[in-house]
Amino acid sequence: MTLPTTTIPGGAASTTPRRSTDNSRRAALPTSRRSDRHRWGTTVLLMLGALTVILPFYVTISMAFKTGEQAVEGEAFALPAPFSVEGFSTAWALTDFPRAFTISILITLATVIGTILLSAMASYAISRNWEKKAYRWAFYYLLAAMFLPFPVLALSQVKLTGMVELANPLGVALLHIMFQISFSTLLFTAFLRSLPAELEESARMDGASTAGAFWRIVFPLMAPMSATVGIFAFLKSWNDFMMPSLIIADPSLQTLPVIQEIFQTQFSNNYHVSFASYLMAMAPAIIAYVISQRWVLSGLTQGAVK
Amino acid sequence: MTTATTPPRTAEAPTGVSPRSRPAPRRRPRTDRVYLWFLLPTLVLFTLSITMPAAMGIFYSFTDSVGFGEFNFVGLNNYLVMFSDPAILSSYGFTIGVALCTVILVNVVALTLAIGLTSKIRAKTALRTIFVMPMVVSGIIIAFVFQFIFANTVPATAQALQLGVLEESILADPDLAWISIVLVTAWQAVPQAMLIYIAGLMTVPRDVYEASAIDGASAWKQLRSITLPLISGFVLINVIIGFKDFLGTYEIIVGLTDGGPGTSTRSVAMTIFSGFDNGDYAYQMANSTIFFLITLTIALIQLRLTRGNARI
Repeated sequence: MTLPTTTIPGGAASTTPRRSTDNSRRAALPTSRRSDRHRWGTTVLLMLGALTVILPFYVTISMAFKTGEQAVEGEAFALPAPFSVEGFSTAWALTDFPRAFTISILITLATVIGTILLSAMASYAISRNWEKKAYRWAFYYLLAAMFLPFPVLALSQVKLTGMVELANPLGVALLHIMFQISFSTLLFTAFLRSLPAELEESARMDGASTAGAFWRIVFPLMAPMSATVGIFAFLKSWNDFMMPSLIIADPSLQTLPVIQEIFQTQFSNNYHVSFASYLMAMAPAIIAYVISQRWVLSGLTQGAVK
Repeated sequence: MTTATTPPRTAEAPTGVSPRSRPAPRRRPRTDRVYLWFLLPTLVLFTLSITMPAAMGIFYSFTDSVGFGEFNFVGLNNYLVMFSDPAILSSYGFTIGVALCTVILVNVVALTLAIGLTSKIRAKTALRTIFVMPMVVSGIIIAFVFQFIFANTVPATAQALQLGVLEESILADPDLAWISIVLVTAWQAVPQAMLIYIAGLMTVPRDVYEASAIDGASAWKQLRSITLPLISGFVLINVIIGFKDFLGTYEIIVGLTDGGPGTSTRSVAMTIFSGFDNGDYAYQMANSTIFFLITLTIALIQLRLTRGNARI
């Protein structure tokens, strides 16, 4: 949870040598580092720019660890004195954190797994039958949803989920998957295009069925793209506010981001409690990102460029 | 997007395999049933949860339904009323204005950062990690945090430094509240645009810069006459994707101003969501149909403009 703070200027500078060596090892161009000097001016400017990114996280962390009396002064930049975790325990109880966290995790897991499986299977069927009109149309049909923003569908979806008993976390997971299908199918079909069909055909010759060839040969080969698809599905689902707040009818089944609203309406002056709660809600995604950042960055880049 | 047109190549013309190693007639036997089972569940679920609501929305936009119970057909009435409704018109004006400002801000910042991060700097990985971080946090929570900063921290700091204008919270000013929305939306949207620009800058050959440096071109001249023309496709895609995304801005507005003060920062999406509360369900369905047509138009422009650009 304290990872973001340790990267404030001093921290960033101390980790500099190791990180930059890592980076030059990865660089495709064999740059002669002795002749080309590092641009210190640019580095310093970028570090100052990075402060605007870090600032809100710093405010969140410093406010979260204050006592109620210090927090109410509203001095965002002052360090917590005395250091207090009372905000966390209060927030934990107020939001019923374990329950909201579990619901959020379950929805996100279902979304990630469902998106990867359904769109991988659909993309495989489409890309291996591209010469058939029906499959081609299916592809464009799925793709069309990229142009349908959620607000356009929201009210009708609220109505429909209410009618079929899906005004709950399960319904949200299903809708999250369906909103990811277009983008994920696009990524997977692009990837399958670059995968030689000979691989599966040799498996077929050894007697494997189409499904067998997919699960044993093709699906494992799709792993890098599955990671990209999974990262995007995770971020969309874990951070979503609109859909759960509209679809989930029972407030006790609400997700972590939606539950934060209580600090706007009921407990608006307990800053240390609200910020502790925000921090607990943001931390899982940030920690996961910092731990796997190299992997996530390449995944995000792949997805962004498509 | 252009990838949409490329899949046929594998199916029809396998590359890198000599013709004689592959007897043509045996290449594709009959379609395996399995393919159908791979595709069908997705198609059915998709139709039920995306297509049906879309069709329902368009259907109800021609009625006077309040969201439940009986209703009558009213033809194009909802649409006609919409075009003279000041609340709707001002929400469109606000949304489009904010989207335009955000697009400009995001692209200037993202391109600057991308150029900085691809040049020879120290702590490259650490800096890149930090700059992407806004992408992984929830919009509504970050908006709550910024709401505190704009409402308390900025005025307090301004008072301490005697900055005059900034001493009042901009969130409380109907004429200035939109600025906070542009800033926070941009704060969160910069990483994605930046990653696209970084990918774009990687495609620019390094020796072009070396050659122009030998000719004595300044950094600004290099940016204008080498970098920008070479990555123009990426600029285009960032501008269009961004504009489309920012039109749908909702969470950040809810977290910062909740449409206020008054209704000065109500976006189209927020107006649509109010359809259930105010009992004008059918009316807001007409609104969302128009909103969809606008998004669709932008998307089609995007498709057309980027079709020639094989890289994206």
